Amino acid sequence: MRHIISLLMENESGALSRVAGLFSARGYNIESLTVAPTEDPTLSRMTIVTSGSEEVIEQIIKQLNKLVDVVKVLDLNDGKFIERELMLVKVKATGAFREEMKRMCDIFRGRIIDVADGSFTIELTGSGHKLDAFIESLDKAAILETVRTGASGIGRGDRILKV
Amino acid sequence: MADTKKITGADIIIRCLEEEKVKFVFGYPGGAVLHIYDAIYNQDYFKHILVRHEQAAVHAADAFSRATGEVGVALVTSGPGATNAITGIATAYMDSIPLVVISGQVPVPAIGLDAFQEVDMVGITRPCVKHNFLVKDVKDIAVTMKKAFHIARTGRPGPVVVDIPKDITANLAEFNYPSTIELRSYNPITKGHSGQIKKAVKLLLEAKRPMVYTGGGVVLGDASEALVKLVKALGVPVTNTLMGLGGYPSTDKQFVGMLGMHGTYEANMAMQDCDVLLAVGARFDDRVIGNPEHFFSKSRTIIHIDIDPSSISKRVKVDVPIVGDVKSVLAEMNDLIAIEKPQPSAALKAWWAQIDAWRSKLCLNYANNNGLIKPQYVIEKLWEVTKGEAYVTSDVGQHQMWAAQYYKFDKPRRWINSGGLGTMGVGLPYAMGCQLADPTAQVACVTGEGSIQMNIQELSTCKQYHLPIKVILLNNRYLGMVRQWQEFFYENRYSESYMDSLPDFVKLAESYGHVGMQITKPEDVEGALKEAFDLKSRFVFLDFITDQKENVFPMIANGKGLSEMILAEDL
Repeated sequence: MRHIISLLMENESGALSRVAGLFSARGYNIESLTVAPTEDPTLSRMTIVTSGSEEVIEQIIKQLNKLVDVVKVLDLNDGKFIERELMLVKVKATGAFREEMKRMCDIFRGRIIDVADGSFTIELTGSGHKLDAFIESLDKAAILETVRTGASGIGRGDRILKV
Repeated sequence: MADTKKITGADIIIRCLEEEKVKFVFGYPGGAVLHIYDAIYNQDYFKHILVRHEQAAVHAADAFSRATGEVGVALVTSGPGATNAITGIATAYMDSIPLVVISGQVPVPAIGLDAFQEVDMVGITRPCVKHNFLVKDVKDIAVTMKKAFHIARTGRPGPVVVDIPKDITANLAEFNYPSTIELRSYNPITKGHSGQIKKAVKLLLEAKRPMVYTGGGVVLGDASEALVKLVKALGVPVTNTLMGLGGYPSTDKQFVGMLGMHGTYEANMAMQDCDVLLAVGARFDDRVIGNPEHFFSKSRTIIHIDIDPSSISKRVKVDVPIVGDVKSVLAEMNDLIAIEKPQPSAALKAWWAQIDAWRSKLCLNYANNNGLIKPQYVIEKLWEVTKGEAYVTSDVGQHQMWAAQYYKFDKPRRWINSGGLGTMGVGLPYAMGCQLADPTAQVACVTGEGSIQMNIQELSTCKQYHLPIKVILLNNRYLGMVRQWQEFFYENRYSESYMDSLPDFVKLAESYGHVGMQITKPEDVEGALKEAFDLKSRFVFLDFITDQKENVFPMIANGKGLSEMILAEDL
């Protein structure tokens, strides 16, 4: 099953490689991994999207907790949470494509953030599924380039991950 | 410890080691650590032991820790010095041994520029350390050293690497060693959950076929006394893993021997057939329980005490997990058991009758009648001659298993071997660490002619420091365990397992000023051992020419289950 794991770790050089190294050394899957400092610059917040049986996920959580630089770990799937991912897509915007792309962007509530003679760059935020659906609905020939951040997640309501 | 006088980074390192009451530093000098060695020259807080290869420095520090419970310390230079230390660090990591390894690094401005003798030590050791640090400011040395010792010795222990660039060791700072340290990201749990402990005691008291299985955690956690109390109060059988030997006295009648791939028939059968299993500081690894599917073919309730949550339910699903320091958890269990005053039940008596029936197979018996020296016989005599009180280090292979099976360890921290990583070549440096830890003790290094040659250069270190170690070489002219597997699973195709072109070990020992003996007849074994151990101040190398075709039994083949043993009598 797909799990989203959030963690807080010391914002020190090499901390990211400890997490990445753990996943590769123990053969765990990483679908995506995002990391950036928090409002407290000594801490980084990481979101890891992984998949595995309940036993494997339990081991992943334990192994992450064991890393000396990791302060707190939360499996977002243990409760309600919100997941968002940002995607930038550069699409062809010539001829009939120009109208079509504008319309698709509106339907998916994206924003055109760069306009050039032959292309638009569209910004789209949502769950991974929504971003997938947008890509699916575009004419493949129109897609020039895509970039995705990987998921970030946060617990709903009172579920707070903080030191 | 505030000191307003500024001193060099190298002197700060020395003062940190003094604060940590380090007695020995095992090391080898080189360019990046020259400032540190200059500071060592001018101090007398600790003794530096100059090894002949950095791998041996880490192994010796590791054995010093295994024998004493203190943190072992090694010091190596950058680049090749650092990479030579890796096998030693990985060996300690797999067996959870607390070490602080200080490695030199090229100066900060040269890092990343492929400088002479540069290697990314923090990167290269990351998968085989508990934690590691690169110190980039002289002001950070003291606090980093404090963190390193704290992390190494607390929780589940392990090696910590501190990589220090050369320019940092020359820079000046005030020395200020913190008396305590708090890490928000590192707070190991020590006290077990009381509710879980109560549940565990209840299960053990109600069990019909209880079994206790303990590992290296009991030895490392100094929990032997508490374990003996628990096992005696409950009247139950107990087995130790290879790493756990000595955690429970081997000569006691409730001890059913080591379990696992080369464990006793009774220990493995009891593991498989028990209804309540108490696992203490052990991790159900592949060499211990064999194929987990076969293990699950019988159901049992498992209680698992371990300081490391990630060891619990890793290979085997556990019913009652207890995370905590084994000594404190066992003490709490003992208090609860003392209130109950358990009496042996009819079920327990029947269980013991079953175990005694398994015992009557005498699975460790061996034929000793072909005029050749049997390796098992050498170990039995070693046990007799040393009265069971020696530190026994071993290398890896058949001789290791025979030492584990036939030397009856009654005390913890006497059996020193590489269980997890299985590192050939540890035996001699391990013996050095033990002998330095306990200078008047009997120290025997049980080895093979393959393993001993992997760190043979340390004969020189033993000469320099007058270490009266006794090397017990079981010389069968084969990489014995490889040969055994080739005999069983590769139709006797002994591919590259014959040890050709061996040196004359007697002359080799003598060339270093040691005593060498070669023993070829069974009737000379005991006399030679006595003679060797009577030479209290001398290093003696005993080359026992043993039966080439002897195999280790019982044996569980790869992928087989605990009750699917091959016994000597089956062949």
